[in-house]
Amino acid sequence: MIPPIAAEPIAYLGSFPITNALVNAWIAVVFFVVACWFLKRRITAGLPGKFQNFAEAVVEFFLGYVDQVTHDRARSKRFLPLVGSFFIFILFSNWLGQLPGTGSITVTALVHGSIEKVPLLRPAASDLNLTLAMALLSVIVSHLLGIITIGFFKHWNRFFAVGNIINGFKKGGINIMVGLIEAMVGLIEFSAEIAKVLSLSLRLFGNIFAGEVLITVLYSLVAFILPLPFMGLELIVGVVQAMVFAMLSLVYLTILTEKPHGSEAEHKQDEIGEAHGTGHLHDRHPSLA
Amino acid sequence: MDAESVRIFTKGITMAIGGIGPAIAIGLLVAKAMEAIGRNPESSGKIFVPMLLGAAFAEAIAIYSLVVVFTL
Repeated sequence: MIPPIAAEPIAYLGSFPITNALVNAWIAVVFFVVACWFLKRRITAGLPGKFQNFAEAVVEFFLGYVDQVTHDRARSKRFLPLVGSFFIFILFSNWLGQLPGTGSITVTALVHGSIEKVPLLRPAASDLNLTLAMALLSVIVSHLLGIITIGFFKHWNRFFAVGNIINGFKKGGINIMVGLIEAMVGLIEFSAEIAKVLSLSLRLFGNIFAGEVLITVLYSLVAFILPLPFMGLELIVGVVQAMVFAMLSLVYLTILTEKPHGSEAEHKQDEIGEAHGTGHLHDRHPSLA
Repeated sequence: MDAESVRIFTKGITMAIGGIGPAIAIGLLVAKAMEAIGRNPESSGKIFVPMLLGAAFAEAIAIYSLVVVFTL
């Protein structure tokens, strides 16, 4: 009895369906809220207790990894809340979906017009709604932070490079061609953003859902020793997928908050610097001035 | 050839063809990573994480075809 692609609703809050994947997601959220509440109650600037020590070690570790991608402490600190939350939430909900009872404890519920037994728990990321929401959040936040960091027009010019076309027409000749080609590349980049959302959501959904189907099918074949190596594989897949999702979000954030290369302003700055004799060649010998 | 049997065939062929490309890609990737580690055994920590990232990217393509199979 393979679990269906859409998570089954087990209760209704008014007309809002509460699905079994949603129950798992809420368990994860409640766990983190309670853990953070405990941490906040006992946080001290003096000698830290065991839990605070552990939390600080985790934060330092992630900050080091994020630094390796952004090469910039200020931006790392800005991105760490979102990226770290993605990683820890996805990791915990993937591992929570491996606990015994997931997929086997059933309740009777009205599903698609017939009363049947439906699993009470299901891995949270095996619901496409959750992964799609997280992927949309990741890409939209990266665009918003890009607009906030480098300004609206520079961000717009990445995709719809109107400024490049106009400059190309001003200079004439081959620059018209170059400007048009850069404009086309910008349009392709725009469709790549849609592909980013789809690939982020479908990758996580596909991995976790396929794992769930695999374990269910194995339970129906030989319920006792055979699923064990595959459950180990699912644990590894849970870690890898959480890492991939968080790292990809981080890379998108980093790329969109960097200054675009080859812009006109940079070339003008270099020319002015050379003309005034304060170009980069003189940076190493300040005493000679 | 009614619709149901065509659907079953399509499921099998989709997954079979859709798995070839990612399998070759991951094989090449890990082979290059092994080669690099063989040349410079100290860099195995630095190579491992990008290799895993690249393998997850390549595997995502196979996952797309798996999602098509589930949808059919």
